[in-house]
Amino acid sequence: MIIKEKVIKYGDNVDTDVIIPARYLNTSDKGELAQHCFEDFDTGFKEKVKDKKIIVAGSNFGCGSSREHAPISIKGSGVKLIIAESFARIFFRNAINIGLPVTTSSEAGKYIKDGDELEVDLGEGEIKDITTGKTFTINPLPEFIQEIIKNEGYIKYIKKVI
Amino acid sequence: MAAKNVPQTMAQKILAYHSGRDYVDAGEIVNAGVDIVLGNDVTMPLAIGEFKKIGLDKVFDEEKVVIVPDHFTPNKDIKSAEQSKLLREFARNFNIKNYFEVGRMGIEHALLPELGLIRPGNLITGADSHTCTYGALGAAATGVGSTDAAVAMATGKLWLMVPESIKFIYTGSLKPWVTGKDLILYTIGLIGVDGALYKSMEFTGQVIKELSMDSRFTMSNMAIEAGGKFGIMEVDAATEEYLKARKIDVKDYRIFKSDHDVEYEKIYEIDCSSIELQVAAPHLPSNAKNAKDLKDISIDQVVIGSCTNGRIEDLKIAAEILDGKTVANKVRTIIIPATQNIYLEALKRGYIEIFIKAGCAVSTPTCGPCLGGHMGVLADGERAVSTTNRNFVGRMGHPGSEVYLSSPAVAAASAIAGKIAVPEEVID
Repeated sequence: MIIKEKVIKYGDNVDTDVIIPARYLNTSDKGELAQHCFEDFDTGFKEKVKDKKIIVAGSNFGCGSSREHAPISIKGSGVKLIIAESFARIFFRNAINIGLPVTTSSEAGKYIKDGDELEVDLGEGEIKDITTGKTFTINPLPEFIQEIIKNEGYIKYIKKVI
Repeated sequence: MAAKNVPQTMAQKILAYHSGRDYVDAGEIVNAGVDIVLGNDVTMPLAIGEFKKIGLDKVFDEEKVVIVPDHFTPNKDIKSAEQSKLLREFARNFNIKNYFEVGRMGIEHALLPELGLIRPGNLITGADSHTCTYGALGAAATGVGSTDAAVAMATGKLWLMVPESIKFIYTGSLKPWVTGKDLILYTIGLIGVDGALYKSMEFTGQVIKELSMDSRFTMSNMAIEAGGKFGIMEVDAATEEYLKARKIDVKDYRIFKSDHDVEYEKIYEIDCSSIELQVAAPHLPSNAKNAKDLKDISIDQVVIGSCTNGRIEDLKIAAEILDGKTVANKVRTIIIPATQNIYLEALKRGYIEIFIKAGCAVSTPTCGPCLGGHMGVLADGERAVSTTNRNFVGRMGHPGSEVYLSSPAVAAASAIAGKIAVPEEVID
């Protein structure tokens, strides 16, 4: 899968409370959750995501609560991919499970800037920064997790194997 | 695969046991059988939706799915009432034995151990990040999201990467008023909010052996705030006594211990004799400081409760400090016993009367204020001292509010002083 989009850049420890504040957890509606994504954290997010659809972040992205509403709201906003130095483990599982591609790269977060255009080849494991000409390697995922991604989420995968 | 003579951590042993294996290696992915799948009114509606997509007409085991509506209950608005209604109907239609209604429920991570639903050696998963609390009972317990919970409800299985372990050895003796909360805030301050990312945190040492079960639950509860997968402790006499009080005999569970010669990814030796009462300042739980160094910070609200610090020992400490005192005029003090049994015990012991006479609001069990849900949401510019577990931006309300995390002792003293305080400042 190749994703070619521009970057929204965030820092370390982006927590699930700022991704989707708990006051909106009284719904499971995907559209409604997307409306409030990053609302307290980045008031410009809704405007940015219209033409920037890859989030690049630092370490421990998605730390905090287990709310699956967090990746749901990000995916619902139109984000195609999150690249981080590292992910909090529950967020990572949740994103994979709902079919939102997430990937780690030790270097990408340091050199990729807000607004850069990337071409990411998830199959080949390569990130090309078209703006700067730099390339980065994606840390490979275990085969089992790649299977879930190929099936666009855990439920579709489980229905096949159950 | 590891050879038979390779030493293993207790985390490895528990995961091996639940995968039908003798040994598992750190880093490998196992598909393990779970003893409990837990969910609440925030995570379970999504899980139920995903479960129904799988298309099964029953859960893997009606005794092993536990549903506790505790976050926005008693329901704060129509939407949250609709979410709870989904849980109630699902519990009825799928014959879920362990569904706990308002009036009988408690905050999930205080309730399940109290009811004897958690046993040493268990593998527990829950759609709530603080599921790691049960590590205090020698169980491997970890939080997941709704889809994982849905699959676990359907299959009784959870895929997990076997974690590396980090050993924490607590030595020395505790200063007055210092509890498990101070130890865990200090520890997270030491290693950072991702200092144990994906790892099993193994809490050991003489100090842990002498720690009450309530304080142990507090420590395991916050393993996730350092990114940990498990926050695990060995079973000892105190654990056995806790279980015996719940009519669980030692022959009813399996005890797993780390081999003495096992290799840990890291070992931290922490001399507790020098640890002061801790406060985690905004906006990360790792921002731990000595409470006495924050003494001039004025506050608007105090919360004593939550899955972290809403147990009887926590209320006892608060009552000792608040006895015969009144809270500062400008401070709203909200005290929330974590379960109905804890509430009743606090009532019998006279704590509730002490709290009300001191000018505190006492509430039925709910997670409410911890996540800015209800029962004490903060306005712009307001500041709270709270015995809860997270102080992220906007965690308890307006993004312009601030949360300082502390133990019940610091919280109660601060309520009286109207600013961050230690007990010595308010006790005669």
